[in-house]
Amino acid sequence: MLKHWWKALSVLILLYVLVGGLVNDVPRLAILNETIRNVYFHVPLWFGMMALLVASMVYAIKYLRNGKIKNDIYSSQLANVAIGFGVLGFLTGALWGNYAWGSPLPQDPKLIATEVGMLIYAAYFVLRSSFEDEQRKARLSAIYNIFAFAAFMPLVWILPRMTDSLHPGNGGNPAFGSYDMDNAMKMIFYPAVIGWTLLGVWIASLRIRVRKLEIQQLEQFNN
Amino acid sequence: MQNFLIVLSNILFQQQVEMADFMRQEGKIWVVVGVILILFIGIISFLISLDRKITKLEKNNK
Repeated sequence: MLKHWWKALSVLILLYVLVGGLVNDVPRLAILNETIRNVYFHVPLWFGMMALLVASMVYAIKYLRNGKIKNDIYSSQLANVAIGFGVLGFLTGALWGNYAWGSPLPQDPKLIATEVGMLIYAAYFVLRSSFEDEQRKARLSAIYNIFAFAAFMPLVWILPRMTDSLHPGNGGNPAFGSYDMDNAMKMIFYPAVIGWTLLGVWIASLRIRVRKLEIQQLEQFNN
Repeated sequence: MQNFLIVLSNILFQQQVEMADFMRQEGKIWVVVGVILILFIGIISFLISLDRKITKLEKNNK
């Protein structure tokens, strides 16, 4: 039971975020109205995705160094959950943007950058499925993972800040700064990032364990 | 006079940004909270039961 403490922690944090996020006071801003509360849900999904992609790349590097398939499984399942979070973040962003910006898919650099990034990682999964041999699949997808990460990070963090953008914190917009994200919001926002990331890690760990069982059963079946 | 009116209307506008005050006054915000909590607890229960099933399978294989 002790080794599940972080799962319970994520549930507790998310309960706190869900209740507090809906009930506590938020700054009264025109256009955004109550939707500023999406900051507790839409934004942490993306931060969680970044954390999972970092972990995925770390395991990819580990695989290249010692060739253990276990690292490849970790790397691919972490990327899997990360892209799942990315899709959710995309959908929630489209819904929010529809009311805050007037369109669910505006021409915004950060949005385009994330679309490109998701396509890059979708190609990662297509690459994986095109191989039969386990070791070659693992080696090539590990290399691709590293390049995908290296391409995605500047796209989504640096590029939007260099041009005009709709997103807060990019392209001439002030970030959610002190006047619209006051300390009360930060008290729910920072735990939200931790809570959603831990949830992503939990889901990834379940997928990894299932994959391990599948491989074990396949070996037993073959023998 | 015109400047005064612009400033005054801006100040008044800031106080009139529509929020869900009505929902909260009537206590209805708790309905929203309740719905979301039910969804969340349902999904978490599913995750926990999945976790337990996998643990059992792992023990069987060992």
